Amino acid sequence: MKCQHCEKTATFHITELTDPNGPTILHLCEEHARTFFNQDGPPDPASALTNMLAKQLKLEKAADDLAAADKKQCPMCGITFAEFRKGGRLGCPYDYVAFEEDLEPLLVNIHGATSHSGKVPKNLNGSPERQFRLKQLKDEMREAITKEQYEVAGKLRDKIAAIENGQNEIGQNENGQSDESNEEAPNDGPPDDDFQSFS
Amino acid sequence: MRGDGPESDIVMSSRIRLARNLAEFPFVRKCSDKDRIAIAAAVRRAIDALPLSSDTEYVDVAKLGDLDRQFLMERQLISHELSETEGARAVILDPQERFSIMVNEEDHLRLQVMQSGLDLTSAWKRMNELDDLLESKLTYAFTKKLGYLTACPTNVGTGLRVSVMLHLPALVATKQIDKVFRAFNKINVAVRGLFGEGSQFMGDLYQVSNQMTLGKSEETLMQRVSEVIPRLIDYERKAREFLINEKRDDLNDGISRALGILKTAKKISSEETMHYLSKVRMGVNLGLIDNVRIPTVNKLFIHTQPAHLQKLCGQKLSVSARNTERANYLQQHLSDSVDPKAN
Repeated sequence: MKCQHCEKTATFHITELTDPNGPTILHLCEEHARTFFNQDGPPDPASALTNMLAKQLKLEKAADDLAAADKKQCPMCGITFAEFRKGGRLGCPYDYVAFEEDLEPLLVNIHGATSHSGKVPKNLNGSPERQFRLKQLKDEMREAITKEQYEVAGKLRDKIAAIENGQNEIGQNENGQSDESNEEAPNDGPPDDDFQSFS
Repeated sequence: MRGDGPESDIVMSSRIRLARNLAEFPFVRKCSDKDRIAIAAAVRRAIDALPLSSDTEYVDVAKLGDLDRQFLMERQLISHELSETEGARAVILDPQERFSIMVNEEDHLRLQVMQSGLDLTSAWKRMNELDDLLESKLTYAFTKKLGYLTACPTNVGTGLRVSVMLHLPALVATKQIDKVFRAFNKINVAVRGLFGEGSQFMGDLYQVSNQMTLGKSEETLMQRVSEVIPRLIDYERKAREFLINEKRDDLNDGISRALGILKTAKKISSEETMHYLSKVRMGVNLGLIDNVRIPTVNKLFIHTQPAHLQKLCGQKLSVSARNTERANYLQQHLSDSVDPKAN
């Protein structure tokens, strides 16, 4: 890809999120990137620029890597990384998991940090991983119903209920006590097994 | 903007907002119509179950007309984005306008707490309590590593934006405002004009806010903003002193003319009104104008805006009719004041 301002190869791919009208994407060569970062810059551009470029270099990789990242898709909401870069808005909380490695340099760039150290809610059931697991189980349950595998569907329903009631998947509730009825059973197990687990 | 609170001659208001999302739904850009409706319904159920004032109002923004939406926007109770996007969206309003909660804006929830003058500590206390209340009924998207998850990575972590609105007419008049902007942006605190980027024509009102939301606690982020406010106040006071000591005649002339125009104009735009009100406000604070009170000026800042003016008249007005009505309104409210003190 060429620089937007000259014929040189664009080595800097910058997504600006500060514009109130939405993100701007710039493809610049090193020289024009330098000019870009220098505008409105602090009076001591040398150190600030080096700092910024170092961050930016980590963020913006070679064009090939970028193209690969752009194709990544969130299994939860279906948004691609390219769509995120274009619109500047993520599709669902699970994007932070699906695009973790691509978002991290961006977070460093914006916040100078990659981990939270503030308020923590009492209710910690809102993790995207948990939501994704629930979605997977619900999809499996729907498929089982379509295939008229009602026993399988019933087990999945119980598993979903257990997660929704605050138990984790190895069958432990919040007190760490084992819960026999929540044990993992293979979906394609013989019908007898399914029947037994219900009795 | 009642015009009281600490440092209220320069600090107009303090505001804190939190971005929150419900774990069970995609972010707003990926929401179906059904999702948006379900989110609004879930929030409404939560609000109804909370011990909030019985006058707390749930307003279906999609059902509001243009004028009502603009009215709420002028009061900063809703954002431009909430006003203009399509689909199910709402705002929950406190009767005293001490908080508002936007539903289905960029994030599912945008909680906002407002405070007159500079008082971030009590604003945060109220915000934290409101957030705790909502959290007891709703499951927020959250991870221990990244904190509260938001539609835009610029808000992730605390989801906190602290902003303090300042009236800085002397820094504008002495052409130092740009220098101040640059100095503050360097320390990751954003300073911008209230309406429009860096515009000085909008009443010399500027908003100072944090840029980062991740990696620091809410208290630290608030402290970073509140630390710079005394410096800004100090710069503004020094600039006012300079004007009084070195340019007294020019200052007095400018303020007298501003008040004169506001009192005598037959047609006046909202931008022009803000521009002159700003000078009058400084004049009152510097003791150069008698008989006009700061709460009156603060009220005029808001009531002369287009939707407010039309609400006050009880009808829709064309731009031209508004300019006439605005001039009438200003005359009524400034008529008792006398000219600036003779020097």
